Amino acid sequence: MTLNRKLEESFFKYLSAIVSVLIILVLIHIVYSIIAKGASALSWEVLTQEPKGGFYMGGGGGIFNAIVGSLYLAIGATVLAFIISLPVALFINIYLIKYPRTLIGIRFFLDVLWGVPSIVFGAFGFILLMYMGMRNSLGAGIVTVAALISPIMIRAMDEVLMTIPKGLQEAAYSLGSTKTETAFKIFFRQALPGFATAILLAFGRGIGDAASVLFTAGYTDHVPEKLSDPAATLPLSIFFQLSSPIEEVQNRAFAAAIVLTFIVLIISITARLLYRKK
Amino acid sequence: MTKRLFIDKLSSRWMVLCLSVLLLLPLAIGLGLVIKSSDLWLTHALGSLIFSQDWSPSESQFGFWPFILSSLWVTVVALIISMPLCLLAAIFLTQFAPTWMLKVMRPVIDILAGIPSVVYGVWGVLVIVPLVADIIAPMFHNESLGYSILAGALVLSVMSIPYILNMILEVFRQVPVELGEASLSLGATKWETIKYVFLRKGATGIISAYGLGFSKALGETIAVMMVIGNVVQVPASVFDAGYPLPALVANNYGEMMSIPTYDSALMFGSLLLFIIIITINVIFRYIIYKSEAI
Repeated sequence: MTLNRKLEESFFKYLSAIVSVLIILVLIHIVYSIIAKGASALSWEVLTQEPKGGFYMGGGGGIFNAIVGSLYLAIGATVLAFIISLPVALFINIYLIKYPRTLIGIRFFLDVLWGVPSIVFGAFGFILLMYMGMRNSLGAGIVTVAALISPIMIRAMDEVLMTIPKGLQEAAYSLGSTKTETAFKIFFRQALPGFATAILLAFGRGIGDAASVLFTAGYTDHVPEKLSDPAATLPLSIFFQLSSPIEEVQNRAFAAAIVLTFIVLIISITARLLYRKK
Repeated sequence: MTKRLFIDKLSSRWMVLCLSVLLLLPLAIGLGLVIKSSDLWLTHALGSLIFSQDWSPSESQFGFWPFILSSLWVTVVALIISMPLCLLAAIFLTQFAPTWMLKVMRPVIDILAGIPSVVYGVWGVLVIVPLVADIIAPMFHNESLGYSILAGALVLSVMSIPYILNMILEVFRQVPVELGEASLSLGATKWETIKYVFLRKGATGIISAYGLGFSKALGETIAVMMVIGNVVQVPASVFDAGYPLPALVANNYGEMMSIPTYDSALMFGSLLLFIIIITINVIFRYIIYKSEAI
């Protein structure tokens, strides 16, 4: 009896340990296999040139269009999402703090919104584009991705703002400051390091998303010059090159995957470090 | 003085405006999709749209059943793989492993959750597809090109691990320490404590984590689409190719304007996805909020 109990205990202990190690190994393997495959195709030329003629048939050139396009798109979307998210996050933590039920309702709602898949955002963005009679463009991509990442950003900001003691708010009011001043001069300043994390997280999510930009940002071999130009993005560049039967092109997809992974890793590690400091 | 009050008024208006835009967003999405797909559901019976297997847009036959079934297959298989793994890993990290390990693992899990899905897709094409074609399928005396439901499910299960694991870790963290200590002091082993206290106490949370993981996996587009083969058929086994809903929408947007009501059909596909996922999300989020409130 006792032996059985002990056996069961150690069985599950080792099983769970093995599973944990397995998960880590798989995840290391993902990064490793992509680097191993793409490193040979990664060159200065690939990083800094636009695709030349016959690029998808094995011609020369690089993925510069996609790198710049992705950065434009993600930065634009993050800025736009910040403009929407900051007021909302401050509003629910300052104005709605007196109405806990509404507050819970809104947080609930944001969590649900977070679950909406990016392809649905993409389809919706496309509907709007058609409705307004516009073409695929960088601007449309920015708006769509901003809608996609706003719930994430708001919830992340909200988590930070929730930790600010209520006394601070009351002290600000007692000194005669308005709600806006309390929001921007006290809460905003206090939460700044956490906000940086929230912004970076949203940025990372935005730069890696493919399904929403597929419909809205389009694809092009050139670096976009204005908001109404279509824009290439890294995820789509990877996807299109990988669908090619030619090995050379496929290898470039792996190289592009390294670039994208690298960007995302840097962003999320920076975000963690900032958060750690606080 | 009036200037300060004016700024206050202005900024609170701006805040309310932003919030309302956000609150209206899902409504607008739902409404937009319903209107855009109206060409389809006005001319075809809803039952036949969902349950019919005939898919040939050029003859105006739109049966979504193969796509719905593919989506369910790939998501269910993925969840079957990742559910026990996540639970065991969470048990190990919170109960058996030294604390520093959990501290190291948390950021690692978060970072992995942030890896773009297209990268998982690339890994799937590189590793999982050959694995299924050369090793797993022959093991079951089956022939497969590798681009199959199983490949999609494997990639999806790996993708959903960080997401689900994170939520289960949070569930275990919220179980009061005293409960576990009480059980241990009564002579229960560590495992018995986990089994009878932690798993029972966290059951709702764990089930909700699985539910949310399911809805997340259901909406996953690009990674699955890269490895699942995209063949319109009702899959007979996990070694067959499938064609899930999100892949249908993503793959055909280019040609949808050339065939009549094809665009409505794709929007109807998105609408189905949207409704299913929102419903699952609302149910499980609600369960979580209820259990947290107690």
